[in-house]
Amino acid sequence: MATAEASSPTKKVQVRRYKPEENAEKNYLNAESGLWSWLTTKDHKRIGIMYLISLTVFFMAGGLLALGIRVELWTPAQTFIEADTYNQLFTLHGAIMIFLFLVPSVPTVLGNFFLPMQIGAKDVAFPKLNLASYYLYAAGALLMLWAIISGGVDTGWTFYTPYSTSTAGAVTWMVMGVFVIGFSSILTGVNFLVTIHKMRAPGITWGKLPLFCWSLYATSIIQILATPVLAITLALLAMERVLGIGIFDPALGGDPVLFQHFFWFYSHPAVYIMIVPGFGIVSEIVSTFSKKTVFGYWAIAMSSLAIAFIGFLVWGHHMFVSGQATLATLVFSFLTFLVGIPTGIKMFNWLATMYKGSISLKTPMLYILGFFFLFTVGGLTGIALASVAVDVHLHDTYYVVAHFHFVMVGGMVMAFMGGLYYWWPKMSGRMYNETLGKVSCLLVFLGFNVTFLPQFVMGAQGMPRRYFNYIDQFQPFHQISTVGSFILGLGFMLVFYNLVKSLYTGPKAPPNPWNSRALEWQVASPAPPHNFEHTPVIVHGPYDYHKPMADFQLGLAETNGHDPEHGANIEVDKKLEMKE
Amino acid sequence: MANHTKSHPAHLEHHFVDSDQQFDASKMGMWVFLATEVLFFGGLFAAYIIYRAWYPELYTLASEELNTVWGAVNTVVLIGSSLTVAMAIKSAQLNQKRNIAINLGITIALACVFMVIKYFEYTHKFHLGIFPGEFYTFEGIEHPKASIFFSLYYLMTGLHGLHVIIGIGLMIWLLRRALRGDFDSEYYTPVEITGLYWHLVDVIWIFLFPLFYLID
Repeated sequence: MATAEASSPTKKVQVRRYKPEENAEKNYLNAESGLWSWLTTKDHKRIGIMYLISLTVFFMAGGLLALGIRVELWTPAQTFIEADTYNQLFTLHGAIMIFLFLVPSVPTVLGNFFLPMQIGAKDVAFPKLNLASYYLYAAGALLMLWAIISGGVDTGWTFYTPYSTSTAGAVTWMVMGVFVIGFSSILTGVNFLVTIHKMRAPGITWGKLPLFCWSLYATSIIQILATPVLAITLALLAMERVLGIGIFDPALGGDPVLFQHFFWFYSHPAVYIMIVPGFGIVSEIVSTFSKKTVFGYWAIAMSSLAIAFIGFLVWGHHMFVSGQATLATLVFSFLTFLVGIPTGIKMFNWLATMYKGSISLKTPMLYILGFFFLFTVGGLTGIALASVAVDVHLHDTYYVVAHFHFVMVGGMVMAFMGGLYYWWPKMSGRMYNETLGKVSCLLVFLGFNVTFLPQFVMGAQGMPRRYFNYIDQFQPFHQISTVGSFILGLGFMLVFYNLVKSLYTGPKAPPNPWNSRALEWQVASPAPPHNFEHTPVIVHGPYDYHKPMADFQLGLAETNGHDPEHGANIEVDKKLEMKE
Repeated sequence: MANHTKSHPAHLEHHFVDSDQQFDASKMGMWVFLATEVLFFGGLFAAYIIYRAWYPELYTLASEELNTVWGAVNTVVLIGSSLTVAMAIKSAQLNQKRNIAINLGITIALACVFMVIKYFEYTHKFHLGIFPGEFYTFEGIEHPKASIFFSLYYLMTGLHGLHVIIGIGLMIWLLRRALRGDFDSEYYTPVEITGLYWHLVDVIWIFLFPLFYLID
């Protein structure tokens, strides 16, 4: 076939349709076997599964710790554990959930698995580095485990100085664990960023990049730029404990508030590391289950980047009562309000996507509807906390705890569960039980609200967070919350049961159970070992549900080594496809 | 894409379409990683700036304890090593396989010279009792917070030194591969990206040298 003229920006390629195989014999799961083949795999899909298993373990551990906390708070005085143990419980709950579950969750499991597939690549740019990230994560987790065994940590997950530099226990080991996990996160970010830039299949221009990839792109930028600051902060903290360098110690001429600045310079952007990939999942699921083009594609894509950018400028809102300058406080307050804008843009665009769509209320979609409710509450209470005067009253109360859990569990975990159900057929090759899925969603939604709504009330009434004892007037709220936490736990157990059960008794999944137009659904289930046997060619946007399915299954007709530039504009010659 | 075995070079990994894509991806990966490194050191530089704003007189006093001559020598040594690593890359592009190894060898030697000088600077200070943090016993500086300056000095030059050592390790690995004949004008990605890393190590020192040695 003649190529286009040299002056033309588009390139002509021959394509044909590649229908996904219905009952493919070979997939990434059975391509190789044995434990060793998993431990040394460079396949992004298998690495995603390894992360999924590890994260499940840590999520359960963190969840059990949370139940321990809730049981202890059943009565105003001691219920069943010592105050010191209680301090360790909430520290470990926070540290495990944040560093071992929330930060890696969506990027390492669903991102690893689906980012290369969505852009039509055979793998991430650096598969070996990807495996190294996993082992760094595992090594960091082991260091944290060692910290727990060799003395425990009771500083809270924020490791505030001067307490963290003077308390006994294994703080140094703990922060070393987080340091190592930080590098795992950075390397994942580097990998994804380069993958999105360099590995896109022909036709996937930036305007045709699925929104899940856009959200991972924004996340990677935050991971790359924020995580090293946490690393150096924790290194300084460790040095402070080992050498007494005094950077954060006023007695030696240092400044404990500097630690807070450093810490939140990472840890505030880090909450966007946790939530932004969740936004990506929402975009995918909303479009798929409304059978409609995403409303405001560019608005959603760019708002992820806007959140990433503004997220770097708001860290001071954690320090309104830490003796920060008044002017700085006002500026940080204003900038924090700004985050609400891109987040609101996303919300309205998702709702507009659903408008007049043919919505099917499958389990993933139900989770996303839950996400809409809970995340809106989480986001709006965040605006309340961003106002300085209100925050002075609410600072360090259960209101903050409830806000954070609404954003993280109500937002991110709901989206993660939705994404897990949504992509489960592609990952496992099995369909889960729809009824059980819906029941689990309902239990999680109800349990979550019963747990955390009372916390807003008692927080507003002055119940401080992290306290072991409390005054009697808060007991009803605490008890409702504790009951709710068990409903929530039951809901998550049901998710686990449903998904594991589907592996054994679930019906075989077709390649595209949701009739999605996205590229990852145009191959067999479970995914083939190298994702695509052909080079996929993209001619439409990822959510163009008004175009026929056949248009989304195109690939280069022959692979003669003259593959067109990735991401280039192409002109498709569909003659061959007609013959199919 | 199982059938495109023809013209498939040995260094090309299966998931890339061609060598250019692989080279571009690796190079971009290293640039992005360097951005991380800048932020990593950035935390320490921020601490430096804050404490210098608080204790300006301490910095001028304490800086006198650092030997400007040896600092300058080290600067020249490191800039020289950046030149030789750039020459190694150029040799690769020109397909001069022997020169790759020679230039890498010189770079390793210069990096070692840097570390040896650093070793003597450190031991000299330890001898005087200038240790980081609470182990600081030196009496020569009349300032109650003198240990802060040296804590920062040890942390920043120490972290930089760690990067130099990692660089030496990487270049020994490159040298082995160069001697084996792995690199030519078709494929020299590891030399290129290690070179990028090495330039960053150099640039950081170019900031550290005036900030610590030249402010008195």
